[in-house]
Amino acid sequence: MSSNQDIREMGNTSSRSLGLSGQRIYAMCLRYLYLLRGSWPRIIELAYWPTVQMILWGLISQFFAENSSWLAQAAGVLIGAVMLWDVVFRGQLGVSLVFFEELHARNLAHLFVSPLRPTELITSLLLISFVRTIIGVGVAALLAIPMYHYSIFDLGWPLIAFFMNLLVMGWAMGLVVSALVLRFGMGAESLAWVVVFAIAPLSGIFYPIEILPQWAQSLAWFLPASHVFEGLRGIMFDHHFSFELFYTATLLNVVYLLGSIGVFLYVFSIARKHGLLMRIGE
Amino acid sequence: MSSPIVTVKGLTKTYGDAVAVSDLSFSIDSGTITALLGGNGAGKTTTLSMLLGLLLPTSGSVHLFGTNMASDRFKVLPRINFSSPYVDLPQRLTVSENLRVYARLYGVKNIEERIDEMLQALDLTAMRKRRYGTLSAGQKTRVAIAKAMLNEPELLLLDEPTASLDPDSADRIRNYLTDYKIRTQATILLASHNMAEVEKICDDVIMLHRGGIVVRGTPAELIAEFRRESMEEVFIDITRETIRFSEEGPIEF
Repeated sequence: MSSNQDIREMGNTSSRSLGLSGQRIYAMCLRYLYLLRGSWPRIIELAYWPTVQMILWGLISQFFAENSSWLAQAAGVLIGAVMLWDVVFRGQLGVSLVFFEELHARNLAHLFVSPLRPTELITSLLLISFVRTIIGVGVAALLAIPMYHYSIFDLGWPLIAFFMNLLVMGWAMGLVVSALVLRFGMGAESLAWVVVFAIAPLSGIFYPIEILPQWAQSLAWFLPASHVFEGLRGIMFDHHFSFELFYTATLLNVVYLLGSIGVFLYVFSIARKHGLLMRIGE
Repeated sequence: MSSPIVTVKGLTKTYGDAVAVSDLSFSIDSGTITALLGGNGAGKTTTLSMLLGLLLPTSGSVHLFGTNMASDRFKVLPRINFSSPYVDLPQRLTVSENLRVYARLYGVKNIEERIDEMLQALDLTAMRKRRYGTLSAGQKTRVAIAKAMLNEPELLLLDEPTASLDPDSADRIRNYLTDYKIRTQATILLASHNMAEVEKICDDVIMLHRGGIVVRGTPAELIAEFRRESMEEVFIDITRETIRFSEEGPIEF
């Protein structure tokens, strides 16, 4: 079988089988980038919603800045918040919608008879979600500068901390939604569009957590987004970055991300038990 | 004598009370083309899925190249490949983009050269920039086979490899597979409903009925054993249950 081995990279079998393969993760990223490159509606869709949201909340901010003493203290807090909230939404969609592409394409069986590991698929989904979120929210953030003289980049390095925490929270949600669709079929697909809105009221995007009822506050502090948006207001109103809020959000995200990966892998094993990898998409 | 490439022992798959595959045991030697035959619902796809590790058996084991697929499938996956007309490739990617992605997944060296080689071998060169979703069913089947051959698999599992192909293309594919087996000593297991194809290229036939093996042998042996003219007649006898089986062999009602 020497000719067969000549065709394949040496060491691609057992020696690398214990860990993640950069080449396979790159292959999957390439697959999703090809898809994005070949479909201009998909690219427009990435930036469309964040931009519409930014325009809407920019106008609302302008109005309230002149009519609200609270907002007058920190013009741009609403527009900044809405853009950061879109990081959660885009991050989640970036994982789940890209995973759905495989289901729509009825491609899962081909992928999983290849040496691709589920953890490598997850890694590629997260990387592509990062790219999609940067494109989507980035366009809105850049347009906000000439339109409203507001630059979210003025937040400085805390922006990276906020962005990454919200993105990871979106990833965790995206993986759980993907797992549910893998388990229950495309009928659960609409979860991708609605699940994020269920937690929005508790996330304190536009208002402090302290205005929520006590029971809701208890729940809200389990969400990384609540800590991020409190942190955002801390910077914009008090010019103070709270490391405590940052660490708590990060810790929660580590727990949720690992949990969501566990859920995805568990559902993947159930899918193998029930033959869903061959049937899904039909 | 070399050890078998495929060893299946007591393979069973049930879904609740429904038995898809029941206590299946067989082995396949290197350098052979084996047909897995059976009517609709006989258990072919279930068996192929379990061989590939896409489906976990309820009981029993699958060993490929001596490796247990339940525990160590990633060790052998680079050495096998698969195609089926019932599993698609991404529709919006071009033929060459699809092949490039899968070549990387399989760790193929000299990717562009290998893709050119496969496109040429399967008469797909003119379609390399066409989106997979715009191809005809026959063209898609050929692209899926090109994908399945990218890593020069030592074990190739094919579900209906010539489905949707015109007679000329189907003949080319059959010749390609036969040449490939001779050149590389690869093992091919295929599910097919084309009995003429089975007679022409297969060294061995495993006939399934109601999830179990009812008969096994070369096409010539089965035709002689059933006293029929062709594999098609043997197939019809078995699926219509006009034959019952005893320890001495098949007995016609």
